[in-house]
Amino acid sequence: MPDVTLTVDGKKITAPAGSLLIEACKSVGIEVPSFCYYPGLSLQGACRMCVVKIEKMPKLQTACTTTVTEGMIVATDSDEVRQARKAMVELLLGNHPLDCPVCDAGGECELQDMAFSYGAPESKYTEAKNHREEQQWSPVVYFDRPRCILCYRCVRVCGEGMDVWALGVQNRGVSSIIAPNQNDHLDCEECGMCIDICPVGALTSGAYRYKTRPWEMNHVGTICTHCGDGCKTTLGVRCCDAGAEIVRGDNRDKSGINNDFLCIKGRYAFDFAHHKDRLTEPLIRKNGKLTPATWEEAFELIGKRFREVRDHDGGSAIGVVGSNRTTNEENYLLSKFARAVLKTNNVDHHRTADFPALAAALHGKPGKTASMRDALNAPAILLIGNDPTNQHPLLAWQIRTNVRLRRAKLYVINAAPIKLRRQASGSALVPAGAEAKAVAFLGGDDSLLDALVDSQVAGGLTREAWIALRERIRGEQNMVIAFGSELRGHDIERLVSFASTLTGAKLICLGDYANSRGASEMGLYPDLLPGYEPVARADRFQKEWGKLPRETGLSLPEMVEAAKAGKLKALYVVGSNPVGRLKVDPFVLSKSFVVVQDMFLTETATIADVVLPAANAYEKTGTYTNTCGDLQLVKKAGEISNTKPDFEMIVRIADAMGCDVSGLVPFGSGTHSDMGQTRGAQSGEADRHAVWLEAHNLEPKMTPFDPMAILDEIQRVVAGYDVSRVNLLAGNDQHLEIAESGASLIQQPELIDPANDDLFSSGTLGRYSKTLNSVFENKSAESEVAAD
Amino acid sequence: MIVDTQNFMKFSDEFEARFTEMLTHYPTRRSALVPTLLYAQDEVGALTDEVIAELAQRLDLTELEVRNVISYYSMLTTKPRGKYNVQVCTNIACMLRGGEELLDHCKKKLGIGHKGTTEDGLFSLEEVECIGACSWAPAAQVNYDFHENLTNAKMDELLDEYKKKGTQ
Repeated sequence: MPDVTLTVDGKKITAPAGSLLIEACKSVGIEVPSFCYYPGLSLQGACRMCVVKIEKMPKLQTACTTTVTEGMIVATDSDEVRQARKAMVELLLGNHPLDCPVCDAGGECELQDMAFSYGAPESKYTEAKNHREEQQWSPVVYFDRPRCILCYRCVRVCGEGMDVWALGVQNRGVSSIIAPNQNDHLDCEECGMCIDICPVGALTSGAYRYKTRPWEMNHVGTICTHCGDGCKTTLGVRCCDAGAEIVRGDNRDKSGINNDFLCIKGRYAFDFAHHKDRLTEPLIRKNGKLTPATWEEAFELIGKRFREVRDHDGGSAIGVVGSNRTTNEENYLLSKFARAVLKTNNVDHHRTADFPALAAALHGKPGKTASMRDALNAPAILLIGNDPTNQHPLLAWQIRTNVRLRRAKLYVINAAPIKLRRQASGSALVPAGAEAKAVAFLGGDDSLLDALVDSQVAGGLTREAWIALRERIRGEQNMVIAFGSELRGHDIERLVSFASTLTGAKLICLGDYANSRGASEMGLYPDLLPGYEPVARADRFQKEWGKLPRETGLSLPEMVEAAKAGKLKALYVVGSNPVGRLKVDPFVLSKSFVVVQDMFLTETATIADVVLPAANAYEKTGTYTNTCGDLQLVKKAGEISNTKPDFEMIVRIADAMGCDVSGLVPFGSGTHSDMGQTRGAQSGEADRHAVWLEAHNLEPKMTPFDPMAILDEIQRVVAGYDVSRVNLLAGNDQHLEIAESGASLIQQPELIDPANDDLFSSGTLGRYSKTLNSVFENKSAESEVAAD
Repeated sequence: MIVDTQNFMKFSDEFEARFTEMLTHYPTRRSALVPTLLYAQDEVGALTDEVIAELAQRLDLTELEVRNVISYYSMLTTKPRGKYNVQVCTNIACMLRGGEELLDHCKKKLGIGHKGTTEDGLFSLEEVECIGACSWAPAAQVNYDFHENLTNAKMDELLDEYKKKGTQ
């Protein structure tokens, strides 16, 4: 659109035609205050704080609802404007309590800021304030009615943004109130967006209320450890007896790929870290019972036993199970440790999506994967399988926002009537398990049409409708195609070849956990090394890692079989729970020496010979690759004393085995100085020093426990990971090209076992999160609300 | 899951005819909400939970949205009123001509206060803002009928008349 020129406070500015005056002002650094205006939501014009004087208009105008026009002359800070805003603040404060000293929002309250900027020291109002005690609307949402200034942001973000419509406005005029959908409580997705967006302290968080003040915490922007979307969550951290306690999760730092968005898990489900069942000392099985022991004892025992098994029975008698929630550095190190030190290719993890098949199918087709940001901007989105509203809340938010603000076309092919169909311009219900057939049909295989046209399915399409839908999808350009674990192996190949016939189509493969993609790319497979390099062609890695076993290792079910046959002498489980999650029979493992690194005594840990208490992703540094392939920095926020990151434990076990750890972790190559950034009061705060150090090639990397040292190797060795380190350290997400393995891969789609977590569950972490459990228990029989 | 589509309640044929016709007046279904609420209230006596659920479903709205609208308009009510809803205006013109005294008189006579209902369920009383009858102040409205230039005596007569009508 052409630009228009206008004058604001005597300054000539240009802005695209059609843009709002408040945004035009903001773009040149002139702040126009507002409460009800929020970028991306519908306009309200309720608070009247953004009034400005526009020449030739008789009265003051609201900058949030006025579009710029050519030659407009605006004054944003005249005496008249200031007087009007002062009067507005006085009105808003007419019923607002003076409880800032105890209010959660105190210190980060927009009304407080405005009262300082414009407020009158005295009020003309002598009426008694209309009081109402605060109400609990759900386990995580509290409402303090007198604090509400009726900006309606919460109502709009819940309805327009989340498509939940759980908040409304009742009554009229001064007696207007915000009301929840179930009279006195909420029945909703519990995302807490209403709390984050509230400019005052009217909506407060059940997890955080009355605990501390904003300025008494350190704020660490790190990546959420729950689903695979990779939202940035800002953790508020405070010192406590056990180390550093996480008191709050919110979205203060809006620089992440999630912009304004966070779901219940990212916002509240950090509390597993302080669960009373958290392991804080190593356990060794003595006389059949797990008994507390020292770290030295534990490492010595593990080192000794692993070495014995390796030297006596060979590496193939050892199995290694990795995690979907450990960092890339840990996964890479585990993969390297297994192959180079344990001499085994028996490496696997809980597979939730077929990333290797996507890598193989995309061989020779660079630039074909979409980032999470693309889902927000693409003109069209095709969603096959999965239920993003529950399993990938950020993707669902991106899609909804894209449809709402940019009129993107959404096509949904699913076996269930998922909620996102409400945003779809074309949707098709398929019989359960027929997603792959739909893909083949899209690709031109009309013989499958009969299987798709199932009259039994309510909402299914007719033959003609299917053909029309295909035509529409084929006509879309620059489309993002997201698919769930319903598509595996050759189905992905078929989808990729269909996508290649479209102009600019890009793919997203949806896996379930925070670093599923990273676990895949770091080679936690029996047949694949980091970067999906087949073990048979390990030459490149052999140069880096030393002599490696060449034969394909055992997958997890095969390891279980080997254990049954008495051939698996040792099993090393890092942050995974195969007994609990993958239904592995615990008695099968009774003859093997089992080592488990975990936060809790999971079903797998209870049968282990040694259990090591692990730190979680909120307590360590490293990188995560989200399900789209966006690489982001994970920053240490909390700390529980006497737990160790998996990284350190792997290195210590290697050391105890007599391995030279400098060959495992290339540490000590940087400048030998500790700049004090990794601990103490400054830890986690925008790590300016680290950025500076990196820019000058001066990263310390002093110890073998520094994951940044192995990141060097990952960036050098793993295809696709060679991205800007400065950008990474600055907290930016960077989209990775999926590694080109080019191999014909072993296809074992039956090994993929989707977690099927929803908004209120999150594997082991969910089981130990009080908040998620309380919400879950609180849920009444769910019913979907009408779309607006 | 979508809420089960079985009908929660039955309205009269007259209501259904009006409702169907009303839908043709507006480009979107939800726009028919306010008149529909008024018809339903006249028929059922109050906008009960069942009515709210039914209308929300018919108009593709959430129950919350329907409640929002009901709470906005003072002539819509979720609680049953008496057979005759006596609305006495005390806005400026009526106030100057004795509206407040008239209201006090009604309170005494009926033995109920603002928004109260008599025990026999015959009368409800409400103090209302301008009903547009300033030229004939003080005025009151009983259901949809206007009564003007009222005095206490006239009001007594009126209430007696309604009482007779209501108990016949």
